[in-house]
Amino acid sequence: MRIGVVTFPGTLDDYDAARAVEAAGAQAVPLFHASDDLKEVQAVVLPGGFSYGDYLRCGAIARFAPIMSSIITAAEHGFPVLGICNGFQVLTESHLLEGAMIRNKDLHFICKDQPLVIENTQTMWTNGFTAGQEIVIPLKNMEGSFQCDDATLARIEDEGRVIARYVGENPNGARNKIAGITNKRGNVVGLMPHPEHAIEDLTGPGTDGLTFFTSVLQTLVGR
Amino acid sequence: MALDTVSIAETTPNNEQPWRELGLKEDEYARIKSILNRRPTSSELAMYSVMWSEHCSYKSSKVHLKQFGEKAPKSDALLVGIGENAGVVDIGQGYAVTFKIESHNHPSFVEPYQGAATGVGGIVRDILTMGARPIAVMDPLRFGLADAPDTRRVLPGIVAGVGGYGNCLGLPNIGGEVVFDETYAGNPLVNALCVGVMKHSDIKLATAHGTGNLVVLFGAKTGGDGIGGVSVLASETFASGKAAKRPAVQVGDPFAEKVLIECSLEIFAQDLVVGIQDLGGAGLSCATSELASAGSGGMDIQLEKVPLRDPSLSPEEILMSESQERMCAIIEPSKLAAFMKICKKWDVTATVIGQVSEGDRLKITFNGELIVDVPPRTVAHDGPVYNRPIAKPAYLDSLTCAEVPTPSKGAELKAAVLKLMSSPNMADKSWVTSQYDRYVQGNSVLAQPEDSGMIRIDAQTNLGVAISTDANARWSYLDPYEGAKLALLESCRNIATTGAKPLAVTNCLNFGSPEDPGVMWQFSETVRGLADACLELGLPVTGGNVSFYNQTGSVAILPTPVIGVLGVIQDVRTRTQMGIKTAGLDLYLIGTTDDDLSGSEWAYLHGVMGNTAPKADLAMEQRLINLLLDGQSIFEAAHDLSNGGLVAGLAEMTLRYTVGADLAVSVNLFSETPGRVLVAVKPEDAEQLTALSNKFNITIAKLGTTGGDDLIINDAVIPLSELSQAHSETFPKLFG
Repeated sequence: MRIGVVTFPGTLDDYDAARAVEAAGAQAVPLFHASDDLKEVQAVVLPGGFSYGDYLRCGAIARFAPIMSSIITAAEHGFPVLGICNGFQVLTESHLLEGAMIRNKDLHFICKDQPLVIENTQTMWTNGFTAGQEIVIPLKNMEGSFQCDDATLARIEDEGRVIARYVGENPNGARNKIAGITNKRGNVVGLMPHPEHAIEDLTGPGTDGLTFFTSVLQTLVGR
Repeated sequence: MALDTVSIAETTPNNEQPWRELGLKEDEYARIKSILNRRPTSSELAMYSVMWSEHCSYKSSKVHLKQFGEKAPKSDALLVGIGENAGVVDIGQGYAVTFKIESHNHPSFVEPYQGAATGVGGIVRDILTMGARPIAVMDPLRFGLADAPDTRRVLPGIVAGVGGYGNCLGLPNIGGEVVFDETYAGNPLVNALCVGVMKHSDIKLATAHGTGNLVVLFGAKTGGDGIGGVSVLASETFASGKAAKRPAVQVGDPFAEKVLIECSLEIFAQDLVVGIQDLGGAGLSCATSELASAGSGGMDIQLEKVPLRDPSLSPEEILMSESQERMCAIIEPSKLAAFMKICKKWDVTATVIGQVSEGDRLKITFNGELIVDVPPRTVAHDGPVYNRPIAKPAYLDSLTCAEVPTPSKGAELKAAVLKLMSSPNMADKSWVTSQYDRYVQGNSVLAQPEDSGMIRIDAQTNLGVAISTDANARWSYLDPYEGAKLALLESCRNIATTGAKPLAVTNCLNFGSPEDPGVMWQFSETVRGLADACLELGLPVTGGNVSFYNQTGSVAILPTPVIGVLGVIQDVRTRTQMGIKTAGLDLYLIGTTDDDLSGSEWAYLHGVMGNTAPKADLAMEQRLINLLLDGQSIFEAAHDLSNGGLVAGLAEMTLRYTVGADLAVSVNLFSETPGRVLVAVKPEDAEQLTALSNKFNITIAKLGTTGGDDLIINDAVIPLSELSQAHSETFPKLFG
């Protein structure tokens, strides 16, 4: 199994994402923003970071990278894509997912071990979890507060497309404590916290994050 | 202004020049004229003024710092020593590690966010320049009183700047300090440490060799920011009534630096450079003169080729600009195409601005006119050296002993513990550290609030390094010689409690004005103490930084030598954490406790300084380090005792995972006697601990057992919920 990990200028967690992909048992394939070649990968991870310095708006410039045109086309045909943090922002800017992220409610960068509850286990990236399962993975970002209009929020909720919600105090002011959502088809998932930083006890808060990566392998094997 | 060329300078020897405004003293200006046998051109004057500033030339500290060389212990670990951008040590398995601390104090007072941000950026480029991939940062910070209005301006800005820049570079921030004292009001200390790793064969040096090789400037374009930052900002005491110095602070672009890091590492991997230097303080003046001076001496620069953000900059300004995120490389012509290809891939601007030349002169032209013609060594290395007057300060004769109540039981003790642990210096710092990314790169084994930060270097062999930075400025105030030794020992203990072996030392020496003989005495005693202790412990000093002029009017900061120690751990999986995780463990105090309240946190809370610092017992501390390393496998938790003494150590160990303890303590709970460590062991390992105590001749005492929801000391019951609230609410209350 080949899973691509995209590097934009300013991407930071590409190394970690590749490590998580390998820990799950797949081969991590580096994909560079300037090429539209997906190198025959079967899924793609858009990792966290500050693509293009986040200078215009998080993810707004990355959306126009050549690699994204290939990813957007493929995703519209069911290709699995996981966007983590800045990757989630790229997905909303690409209109593969709804909503947008604004600054955390207290206007500080937050780095903490965050409890989440997994709600939708039907997506390609969450099918290894059980519904209602509580997990802990790091949350680390400045613009992590998920926002959308009321109608969109109602639609996302009605269609059961919230994949994970913050447990306990709302860390960043996200609407309905939303930490991650999926598209209708369940192939595109965006998540603000970082599963790639929770794949071993030694360097993270645990191994809960690994299931996102093993889930997609399960999906691909089952095809 | 007309271009001031060498030929004009030769024909107009008596032109008035603004040497005083540029921070030069009269004799220094005379010396420049005698070196050149004429008056300097305005460009030359700019170069000499920034390079001969205190910040760049170490003119007041040089005579003392040479002790680090003279007293250097024999060490096989040292691969590159003092003088390069950063020292490099061998950690085994073919890996070399480089680490260094630098100060960015003055800019951070003027413009907290950008000052702190560019402090991180500068030290990261120093590490990168050695050929290493930066792998972690740490930031020891010091501020005026926590509730002072200006601290509310300075602290949030500095923390956001450290985080804003470091987070965007993808470097985990794994430790540091946050300390408050009134002397830092107006003089906040922002010290930034970076550590990087490389293979031995990848070490790069700042040197320009090989006639005909090209000088390439790459990275950000040059702008008007930071001009005169070095000479005006860092080398002169702040005084009220002067014009705002804001324009002299640089502005950072972390995205440009992140791209520059990746670009440089790819260039290093293909072995495309002869020498490399980053552009920090003193910008191009520093990079060109240092590269040339470390090589054969000859270099020709065509200054008009420097890409500018602001086309109106004069040649003098281009030479002095401290625009960030720039590097200067020396490249063989045959490798230029490959070099440029990598820069293009990362969208990094790269421009050939000159050549290594025959001879020993640095010659800079601007549109064909010769504006600089100097021996580079006179700019970079042969700056003035001052043996400044030294005098033991008078305050030392009027100190009185620290008489403060130290409760040992009951409600009095409970109230004291809550008071101590909620005080700004002892309170939970997560308000600060949660603004830093500690996870990125996936190798952070330990980060704050652990005793040291620890990074895995090799995922296959589990080789790792630990780093700690420490200072106790009040002890240094009472006795700078002992204070420096004690800071080093604390840092070593912090390394050893986590299971790593101390290997090398770096330092950042923050002091008041060197023109004050009392400050110079503090400084000279500090250097002497640190050099003596490093020699005795066999630890090489790999580099460091001196920051003078940290004073407002006649009030200097407490002498603050921040000591960084790097340690090596063969298997990071065996590291020891500081928090108690389970009930039923025995808690032991290793080391003896005296009545050391002078300079302590508890005395400080009572407004008392005291009169004497503890004497550093190097032989005992070395045995303690050996004991900790030998006993690593039986320690379920271990925590160094420092600020706040035993009671603070107990509070921190129990609060970490909310596992309490029931203890009987007969020694002074608030004393800060050095050389002590708390350890938790399984009852069945107690015999082994006793054996270690005998083997290394170090006292141990069982204090009690772990468990429950309270910290119980003698008959004082302190619910952890109450303690946790007191400990954690201080920072949010102060800073929002």
